[in-house]
Amino acid sequence: MIRTTLLATAAAFAFGALAAPATAQDIAITNATVATGDGSAPMEGATVVIRGGKVVAAGRGVAVPAGTRTIDGAGKWVTPGIFMPVTDLGLADVEGVGDSNDTRAARSRFSAALDASTAVNYASQHIAVSRAGGVTRASIVTAPGGAIFAGQGAVIDTGADRNAVVASRAFQMVTLGEAAARIAGGSRVAAYAELANALREAGEFAAGRWQGDGNLLTRADAEALAPVVTGAQPLYVHVERAADIRAVLSLPRRYPKLKLVLLGVSEGWIVADDIAAAGVPVIADPLDNLPASFEQLGATHSNVGRMVQAGVKVALGGLSGGITGPRIAPQFAGNLVALSQVPGATGLTWGQAFASISSIPAEISGFGGRFGVLSAGAAGDLVVWDGDPLEVSSAPVQVFIDGIEQPLDSHQTRLRDRYRDLDEGTLPKAYDW
Amino acid sequence: MRYRTFTAIGGALALSACTTNGTPDTVASASSGPSATKGEAPYASTYKPYPGAATALVGATVFDGAGQRIDNGTVLFSEGKVVAVGGADLAIPAGYTRVDGTGKYVTPGIIDIHSHLGDYPTPSVEAHSDGNEATSPATPEVWAEHSVWPQDPGFTRALANGGITSLQILPGSANLFGGRTVTLKNVASRTVQGMKFPGAPNGLKMACGENPKRVYGGKGRAPSTRMGNFAVNRQTWFDAKAYDGKKRDLAKETLKGVLDGEILVHNHCYRADEMALVLDMAKEMGYKVTAFHHAVESYKIGDLLRESDVCSAIWADWYGFKMESYDGIPENGALLYQAGACVVIHSDDENGIQRLNQEAAKAQAAGKRAGIAIADAEVIRWITLNAAKAMGIDDQTGSLAPGKMADVVLWNANPLSVYARPEKVWVDGALLFDANDPKRRPVSDFELGQPGEGDVK
Repeated sequence: MIRTTLLATAAAFAFGALAAPATAQDIAITNATVATGDGSAPMEGATVVIRGGKVVAAGRGVAVPAGTRTIDGAGKWVTPGIFMPVTDLGLADVEGVGDSNDTRAARSRFSAALDASTAVNYASQHIAVSRAGGVTRASIVTAPGGAIFAGQGAVIDTGADRNAVVASRAFQMVTLGEAAARIAGGSRVAAYAELANALREAGEFAAGRWQGDGNLLTRADAEALAPVVTGAQPLYVHVERAADIRAVLSLPRRYPKLKLVLLGVSEGWIVADDIAAAGVPVIADPLDNLPASFEQLGATHSNVGRMVQAGVKVALGGLSGGITGPRIAPQFAGNLVALSQVPGATGLTWGQAFASISSIPAEISGFGGRFGVLSAGAAGDLVVWDGDPLEVSSAPVQVFIDGIEQPLDSHQTRLRDRYRDLDEGTLPKAYDW
Repeated sequence: MRYRTFTAIGGALALSACTTNGTPDTVASASSGPSATKGEAPYASTYKPYPGAATALVGATVFDGAGQRIDNGTVLFSEGKVVAVGGADLAIPAGYTRVDGTGKYVTPGIIDIHSHLGDYPTPSVEAHSDGNEATSPATPEVWAEHSVWPQDPGFTRALANGGITSLQILPGSANLFGGRTVTLKNVASRTVQGMKFPGAPNGLKMACGENPKRVYGGKGRAPSTRMGNFAVNRQTWFDAKAYDGKKRDLAKETLKGVLDGEILVHNHCYRADEMALVLDMAKEMGYKVTAFHHAVESYKIGDLLRESDVCSAIWADWYGFKMESYDGIPENGALLYQAGACVVIHSDDENGIQRLNQEAAKAQAAGKRAGIAIADAEVIRWITLNAAKAMGIDDQTGSLAPGKMADVVLWNANPLSVYARPEKVWVDGALLFDANDPKRRPVSDFELGQPGEGDVK
């Protein structure tokens, strides 16, 4: 009986969310452990107030306006939503099922013109599961296929509504190093020639000197790359090897307006001072520590910590929707905290680690102060956790996006409820829903 | 293997050795294959424990791997074996080196039942791709140990970060019959024989579902469907049953070994309905399935798995990357535990093997939120004794019991916390990893002279 009631409630919530878009509530969460996401340590006994879909205040001694719905946060943690940069969330239902998978287009005649925002499925189960894991925002992009340019990324939210895209064409992505060499014809030299040619042709397009004849880029690709050349759109560069990183950092000498962001960067620690001096931010997969390729021989768990120590702005990223997905970002961040207890290793403080999955990726994505942080005026994206959010035993109990409380159910929770017992009773399991 | 967006240039289907291509296999040790050569097994283990001091670990919280928790416990080991496990009152014999574990935790060595280290080593280049003999849907004749590269740097990371002391290397899952598995001690050696777990039984890797039919259907040959999978499986078994052993047939020797109960079946199988079909096939042919691997839907048939005495080797939370993983749920392990079935957490991944403790903790936490409370000491069993049981080595390792191998991990915090790391790891009583001693960590030949040689990694 209890089970039936639970199911009914969950179902009603789900249908309700679909039927009528919820509206932002004015809410205060009091007496919680609050981490604002800005790199500072968590505060106990703090309050967060959101109003009109925005954060009003977060901290100790914050007053709760009269009449505001108040949630007792005792024993709970409150944080901004997690921001996962450079994922394919919403671009595939099942990666292994080609028809459902929009993460790559190896046979497309276009490359830089590809626009991830055109394919986002707001109803994807991976979005639902990520939302329930506390991920409220992400930047998404397709992977390179037949060309070194992967296309234009988008910033999305994971809300249970029909509008996932927050910003389309937010950045361009290119790959260099081994992957690019493979695509470009067999060597890094060829990949560099592809890059140089593309930037030249895009520069001509931006200057109004585009000639249809004799160009290698399609018109659409040249048009898409024009804002990269003029610095209006950041260029995310996937690169791993220390030598390749230095080569990328030298690009602005020839293309002075490029706004670079480095991705991957397994050997970033070796040239961390160069990256810091260039002021280029990094999005890294923090737990690569194996020589998976010859461009990752120096991969180590200490990569992120060492870069941060050298003054590089580093976000964690690169977790796709399938297999485990962005929802394990806190586990990754927690591992970097754990590393600070390992002799000889360099990890992060708790505050730094949480910032690397909240405010820093938001800043790199162009949403500093708006997402990934609990400060006045930021979006009301917050997560109430049943414990330390970086601990593997913790989970969100409530998630708000733009001040709207979100459903946390999914295909997975429905299966869990169906199979909580194996009793088939008077009808098959197929009638239990 | 985690699908990395950054490096996913090769396409989604290149994402995992085992989840998409893989397959099984190996083992062989003291008792080698059936109908094989009588007498000494080929490629016999030459593993010898390294010397270690008689050690008394005191003051730590001990999870013995068999479900017991001892606060302020004492673990004694000497000459490679566990001598005694008890409380603070356990007498420490003369000559034992005391290691203070106050505030720390002790577990048996962690065991991964499903790894491709060595067969798919890093660097992950084509020249190293030795995990799938994808030339025929039934290759029970191949042995994973003949592919293992002992210099794979992944072994060292698994030891230092994951506390892994034993692991089973399987062929991939491209084939219905992938070949024999091999069980290794995670001790660096120049040869695979030098890593082979003495006396571990052979295993046979089998695979259900999408992978075999995709690989061979893609080549325009059988099997191209699930019914094709079963047809090839059944014919292969019937042929093996008719084998008289007069002429050596390596494939049939492996299958005969299964039918004789000497080789353990490790069957990659995601879906509950397919597992049930495999159990019926095993009944039809007269063999036993030891464990289903990647069993993401086991929670749907926990009762059947309990009754059949089959373990489920599972990830904590992988799901949705291929069609047969679409019904994966994080509560799988907890629901299986609730049903009384055997749970093992596996990695199938050179990164995940470094965090099996965290994966177990996630599975535990998902259960807790679903109202299924499972004690920490029980959860540790999922990555120690249950794995050992399903690998047929539980009489030698997997728990801290007198007479067992002194495979021991001292953790700097509760291993079910994300903040925990191994501080010391002993294998057969030899201290082979010490976080406080930079020289007490292995560096593979491959990494000598390379960026980061000897780094903490």
